[in-house]
Order: sequence, then C-alpha cells, then structure tokens
Amino acid sequence: MTKRQNSLLSNLYIFVVMAFLYVPILVMIVYSFNTSKSRGAFLGFTTKWYLELFQNESILSALANTLIVAVVSSVIATLLGTAAAIGIRAMKKRNRDLIMNFTYLPVMSPEIVMGVSLMLLFVLFRIDFSLFTVIAAHITFNVPYIILSVMPKLRQMDQHLYEAAMDLGCTPFQAFIKVMLPEIMPGIITGFLIAFTFSLDDFNISYFVSGERAQTLPVLIYSMTRKRVSPEINALSAIIFLVVLTVLILTNVNDVRKEKQMQKGGRRG
Amino acid sequence: MGNNRLRKLSAVLCAAALFLSAGAPCFADGFDFDRNHLPYSDDWNDYPYDEAYYGQLKGTGASINFYNWGEYVSDGSDGLVDIVAEFQRLTDIKVYYTNFATNEELYAKLKSGAASYDVIVPSDYMVSRMIKEDMLLPLDYGNIPNAKYMNEDFMDPGYDPGSVYSLPYAWNTVGILYNTKMVKETPDSWSILWDEDYAGQILMFNNSRDAFGVALKYLGYSLNTEDPDQLREAAELLKEQKPLVQAYVMDQMFDKMENNEAAIAAYYAGDALLIHNDDIAIAMPKEGTNKFIDAVCIPKTAKNKLAAEMFINFLNEPTINAQNTEYVGYGTANLAAYCLLDEELREDPILYPPQEILDNSEMFINLSDETNLLLDQLWTEVKASNKNVWGWGVLPCATILAIVIGKARYRRRIAKRHKYMAED
Amino acid sequence: MKAKIAAAPYLLWAALFIVIPMGLVGYYAVTDANGAFTLDNFAQGMHFAPVIGSSVWLAIIATALCLLIAYPLAYLISRKSFNHQRTLVLLVMLPMWMNFLLRTYAWMTLLENNGVTNRLLGLIGLGPYEMINTQGAVILGMVYNYLPFMILPLYSVMTKIEPFLMEAASDLGCSPGEALRRVVLPLSMPGIATGITMVFVPSVSTFVISVMLGGGSFMLIGDLIEMQFLGNAYNPHLGAALSLVLMMILLICMALTDMFSNPEEKEGLLL
Repeated sequence: MTKRQNSLLSNLYIFVVMAFLYVPILVMIVYSFNTSKSRGAFLGFTTKWYLELFQNESILSALANTLIVAVVSSVIATLLGTAAAIGIRAMKKRNRDLIMNFTYLPVMSPEIVMGVSLMLLFVLFRIDFSLFTVIAAHITFNVPYIILSVMPKLRQMDQHLYEAAMDLGCTPFQAFIKVMLPEIMPGIITGFLIAFTFSLDDFNISYFVSGERAQTLPVLIYSMTRKRVSPEINALSAIIFLVVLTVLILTNVNDVRKEKQMQKGGRRG
Repeated sequence: MGNNRLRKLSAVLCAAALFLSAGAPCFADGFDFDRNHLPYSDDWNDYPYDEAYYGQLKGTGASINFYNWGEYVSDGSDGLVDIVAEFQRLTDIKVYYTNFATNEELYAKLKSGAASYDVIVPSDYMVSRMIKEDMLLPLDYGNIPNAKYMNEDFMDPGYDPGSVYSLPYAWNTVGILYNTKMVKETPDSWSILWDEDYAGQILMFNNSRDAFGVALKYLGYSLNTEDPDQLREAAELLKEQKPLVQAYVMDQMFDKMENNEAAIAAYYAGDALLIHNDDIAIAMPKEGTNKFIDAVCIPKTAKNKLAAEMFINFLNEPTINAQNTEYVGYGTANLAAYCLLDEELREDPILYPPQEILDNSEMFINLSDETNLLLDQLWTEVKASNKNVWGWGVLPCATILAIVIGKARYRRRIAKRHKYMAED
Repeated sequence: MKAKIAAAPYLLWAALFIVIPMGLVGYYAVTDANGAFTLDNFAQGMHFAPVIGSSVWLAIIATALCLLIAYPLAYLISRKSFNHQRTLVLLVMLPMWMNFLLRTYAWMTLLENNGVTNRLLGLIGLGPYEMINTQGAVILGMVYNYLPFMILPLYSVMTKIEPFLMEAASDLGCSPGEALRRVVLPLSMPGIATGITMVFVPSVSTFVISVMLGGGSFMLIGDLIEMQFLGNAYNPHLGAALSLVLMMILLICMALTDMFSNPEEKEGLLL
C-alpha cells in the first residue's frame, strides 16, 4: 500500500466514525421541521414545533430549573472542591492517598447507585424533593471532579513560592490570593466547566431526587419519551445542538487567537 | 359547533336516553338531580361555576400536585377544554401535572416517600391496597358538592366500601387493539397474542397485574387467583410469549399503533379512540376480560387537601366531565356528564360496552401481601428472562481475550523493567 | 499545618451525602420490610443472576466494540496536524454535550420498522429489517452514547507518544505492525484502562437505553434496580441489595483495570 492510499483509508475511517456520531443528530434536526407528527415520513416543512416548544410551560420551567441547578451546584462545588484540594494537599501522604481513593468512589461508582442512595437519605430525613435536593445531589457528584482537576495544578505548583510569599510578609490569605490562586486558576476553571456541563446533562441522579416540582430538563425529556412522542423533542435537540456548537466554536476561535498572539509575542521576545 | 352540539343534547334527548336504556349498567334507579337544569356550556366565561366556592383559595398561592395516567385528562386538544389550565384560571391554584404509567409505579412513588401528591388516580385494586396500607385520606364530601352527580351504582364499590376515600373517575375494559391492515382475521381470543404469525408485532402491557390478567384469562383462571401454581403457570405462558413480543409498553403504545409499528396490542379498550389511525379496531376476547374503575383519591401526604377536593369537584362539573370523557374515551360514572355526551358516544360499544361483555368480565381486587410479592417476583422474572443473550459477539470476546493477554505481557515487561532497574 | 482545615467542609459534605446514604443502602440491603436482619434480599438477588450476567455481558460487548472502533480512530487523529486534531477532538466531544436521552431518542427514529433506515433501504429494495427492540439495538445505543468516553482517553495518551519512537522502532527493524504492537500498544495501556472503565461503568448500570431501544424486553441490572425503587415492583430492600451487587461488580472491574495505571495518570485522563 502506498502512503497516499494509506492516508485516504485513514481519512475514510475517520469520516465513517464521524458519520456514525452525527447522522442521528442530523436526522433529528431534519425531522424537527417535519409537519407530520409521525417519525416515519417527511411530509413537509414547518417551524411550528419550535413555536410550540417556546409556549410549552413545563419545558421552559424545566429549562429554568436546569440552569439554576447547574449554576448553583457548580459554584458551590467549585468552592468546596478547591478548598478540599488545598487541604488534602497539605495532609500527610497516607491520609492524602486514603482521601483521594475515597474521592474516586463517586466518580467510579454507577450513577444509579448514588441516585438511589441519596433518595433513601432524603426520604429518611423527610426532606421534600425540591430544587434543594437536586442541588445537593449535584454538588455531591461534582465536587470530586473539581478536586481531581485542581489537584494536578497544586502538585505542579512550586511549594516554595507560597512560603516565599509568607517570608516576604504576606498573610496566609494574601499569599493564597496572590500566589496560589493564579497558579491553580486553570484547574479551577476546568473543574468548574466540567461540573457545570455534568450538572446540565445529568439524568440518572436527578431522576431519583427531583420530585414533581423540580424536574430538570433531562428528567422532563425522559417523561416525554415515555409518552406519545412529540416532535417538540426534535426541535429541542436541534436548539441544544446549535447552542453547544456555537459555544464550542466561539471558545475555540478565541483559544486559537490567543495562541497565535502568544506565538507572535514569543517570537518577538 | 361544540356549543350547538351540547345544546342539542339538552334535557329532552337526555331524558329519553335515560329512560330508554334504563337497564344499562350505569344507571341507577334513584338519581335525584334535576336533569333539566344541568350546568352546561362550553363557553367557559359563561359556565355557571360556583365562584364563591372556587374562589376560596384565591391569592393564597395555593398549589397541588396532580399525578395521573398519561393522556388521561383533557389537555385542550381536539377543541376540548384544557382542564388543568381552566382550573388554574378559575381558582388561582397552580397545578403541577405529571404522569405515571402504571398503578405499581404510582404505588412505588408514594410508598418510597419520593414524592408528595395531592390528587392521584389509582385503579380499583390499587385503591383498596392503599386503603389497607393507610395511604389515603378520607374525602370530605362537604367540599365536593358535585358528588351528587355520581351514578349510585358506582358509589360504595367493593374496593372502597362507603366511597370513603375515592370517587370514580372513569371506567373501561381491557381489549385487543389491532390494525385491520396488518391483521387479516378478526381476533376473538387472547390466543392471538401467542400467535407465531404475528411474532415481533405484538405489544404487551408493561405492568404485572394487567399482563398476568391477560395470561390468567387466557388460561381460564380468575384474575384474582391467589393460587401460586396458577400464577406460575401464567408466568410460564408470559415467558413463552416473550420472543413474540415486540415491546412491553404503556403509553408508548399510542405512537407504535398510530405509526403502524405494531399490529396487535393488549391495552385498555377506550384508548383505541385516542389513536389517530383509521385502521385500528378493537376486539373483545371470548375468554373474558378485566373491567376496571379508576378513581380519584387524596394521598395521606397531600399538602393541600381543600385544593385537592376543589380539583376533584371541578373534574365532576358536568360539562367538564363530559368533555373529559370525550377526550379520554372511557366511560364516566358522572350521570350528569353522561347526559351531556353525544348520542354517538353514549352508544359507543367501547365507551359503554354491552352487557354481555360486562357479564363476561371481572374486576381486579387487591391480593394478599404474599400474592402481591409473588406477583412482583414472577413479573420481574418474566421481564428478566432473556433468551439467546450468549450467542452474541464472538468478536468482542476474542478482543477481550487479546487485551487480557496483552495486559499480562505488559505487566511482565514492567516487572522485568523494575527488576533491571533494581539490579542497576 | 492549618491548610488541612480547608478540607473539612468537603469531608463533612462527603460524610453526609456519600457515607450516610451508602450506609443506608447497606442497611436496606440486609433488612426486610419490618426492619429485621435478613440476608434474604441477596438470596433473592441471586435469583436474577441471569439478568446480572446478561447486563455484564452486554456491557462487555459494548465496551469491546467501543475499543475496537475508538483505538484506530484515536491513533489516526493523534497523527494528524495540530489544527486537524483540535477540530476532530471537538467533533468527538460535541455529541457528548447533548443529552444522552435525546441522542438515544434519535436512534429510535432511525431504527423503527417504519423508520428512516428501513425507508431508505426500502428505496433500494431491501428490508424492512427488524432493528428496534432487539439486543443489537441496545448494544448500539451503548456504543453510540459512550464511544467518546473511549476515544478521548485513548487520544490523550496517544498524543503523548512521540512520533520518533515509531521511527526508532522501524530503524531498529520493526515492521509497522510490530511497531504498533510493541510501542504504541504498551504505551497506550493506561488510556485503554481508563476508556474501558469509562464505558463499562455506565453501560453496565444504564436503565434507560434498554427501555428505549430494547422495548423493555432486555432487562439489565439498572432496570431491575430502578424497578424496585420507582418502578413496577416496589421493593427497596431487594433494590438496595442489587445496588450493592452492582457496586461489587464495578469494584472488581476497577481492580482489574487499576492494574494498568497509577492514580495520578488516571487523574489526568479522566478530565
């Protein structure tokens, strides 16, 4: 085989896998414009499902719930997790390993088990299922991800920097703000973004703790798929896809621009 | 059109219908409301609501959780009333409306404490189970004046003696829904659900009581048998059926039948009217079937009993109930609403099955705890019985093997490297 | 050191929302409805060994298929130019951001008897094939949903394999195949381990994919658990016992894959 054939083949393979990933999504987007309610035939073009989507009160309130839960839980999780990472880093190796292994537990354990266990907890303490229970659950599964993304940054950080700052007269708090925080900030931001997206997307845990009045979007979508199918779901997917695509493209373009600037700056320097 | 239709159905017709069919099962001898003065109007600004009664909770920010079967309350489609919206407009009480698919699911939600509801709609046997387990609140009929419209025959039922905890919502039977284009014969027996010719085109109930009900009737047993051997026999039959079943569904049935995805479904007969497909017909099996009554109840965990009772009362406003009956496609126990129905609907053999079918059907009653447990276990077994799982994937197996071997070699190499390093 | 105290709120939180709930699951698993101690739940759970077996089996198949598809893909992507890599990785990640229920739902449209695929096949005179509500559909759903979880860790180890290693291998007389086997494969082991865990765990515990694409006929252990808590056969004690069984299965799986990698490597790959 020549090199050219080789690269043709490899491109073909990449294309096939990407097609596998995207064909279902494209089909949904196409069918979101279908006049017929049926999933089979494409009978004509319409945008009525989009209009209905925006008049559907339960979808809108679920969307609001989802956003509230995602923002609140990822902010709290970030605070808890960052503090925890700093604390754990300061521990003796044995304790540190113990706690880190413990931190892996929720990451590795199946979501359904966590959902079920939290449900039992809230029922036992007679806490009514509400946004509060959903947020608490989301914080619980999000914190480990924050710790796991802040930890490597802490490890990379030169421990002496912090001590030097203190020697130079900083209070521990000042030293934290001025020296440590900038160093670990990328980790915190990554962690926050991961927590935020996980929270937006979570179904398996929310399903068990959301109750009637705090349904998040995924929980609502699930109950919609169990009934007569509504093309509004297709419209919703199309919108979500477009939003995600836009966000990704924007951040990516931004990254590329920054990198170019850095490269330029580097050359000049 | 609706207005005219309803006016057409005014007292004369109604009275005539009532007297003509005095023998029909849903008529009691002594109803004492004046049927010439039924509140009817589908102009909701004009409807003679008892404003003082419905206005009781205005401005208090009251809300209720209404937990109901899917497609089981008129939602504003087909030009009928949107019950939840209309109630919210009238009373200023916010209704959080969610759906369950089976009685057992409703029971689990309540029992686990995972949710609190104010109004629920369990079926007969589940009502009595909930009464037995002290999960319901007695209704205060002082707050439900429209209970006067109920057919006496439906009050004081076996599942709730004295109608203390429940008010009938709708009643119907279980039947065989089939697509006349895909099924050439006219089914008259449950046996068609075991017919190899329709392998992969059969939809089956996704809940234990209904599924076992079908199997038990097919075997000629009682729906309410407590005999473990009979139940086991039914379970075997259901396992036998499994390879023929395309899917175990509840509300997903509507789509699948509507889009010709499946040919036959065992389901609640009245739901045939909700499928927008002209080829759908309904058959009543000769072995007999299940007649059920769904009833509105207030669970013990309800947060706002008064609002719940107002909602139950609202459901029984004659015109509201009539439109709801038209939407749901089941029979109503509200006589006033019955009078307001189209003649066509009143004589619909699906909404109001003829006497011989009712004589040949049986109602569920709550089983003993042991039998309930056994039933759950057997049902889980039926659902869990998987055939030819193991035939799948020689390829993945080989891959796994390769990985394991690869891993072992990798481990050995690492071990070796460590040894060298140690030697260094 | 005082900094240790910073971990206190997290530990408190974890005690409250992880340790106590898990304790509750344990408690439910060994008691009956009256609160008396019993091991009956596990005995009953063993009754469902075929379900547990088949969910593990299906998850293994799905994981293996993911690995088979993802490994070459990750390798090919990692050999592309930097900009192409970035775009391709984004393309892999993009579907992950859409809710998995929506993505699974999309497959229903594709696989139904009168669905898009059968209609297209019908145009060229094939079919219709029975695709939805089969075991294949369930596996497909798993592979589709979790494939990115396999691609990403594999890709991230492979970008760390320097191209000169391959050159060195071929200079030393390795054939390309041999170089792959002796250089790339061993070096990518940690990625394989992470990928396997990240696909296997959600596959074995899913309770939605089997319902949506399997028509409720292929019950998995996740369905069984959900059924005992919020579904058609209320029995939280059995459900709790089954949850513990599921945890055990996964701990074994983790122990197996842990042999490949140390925790610090894993940390980077998870994210």
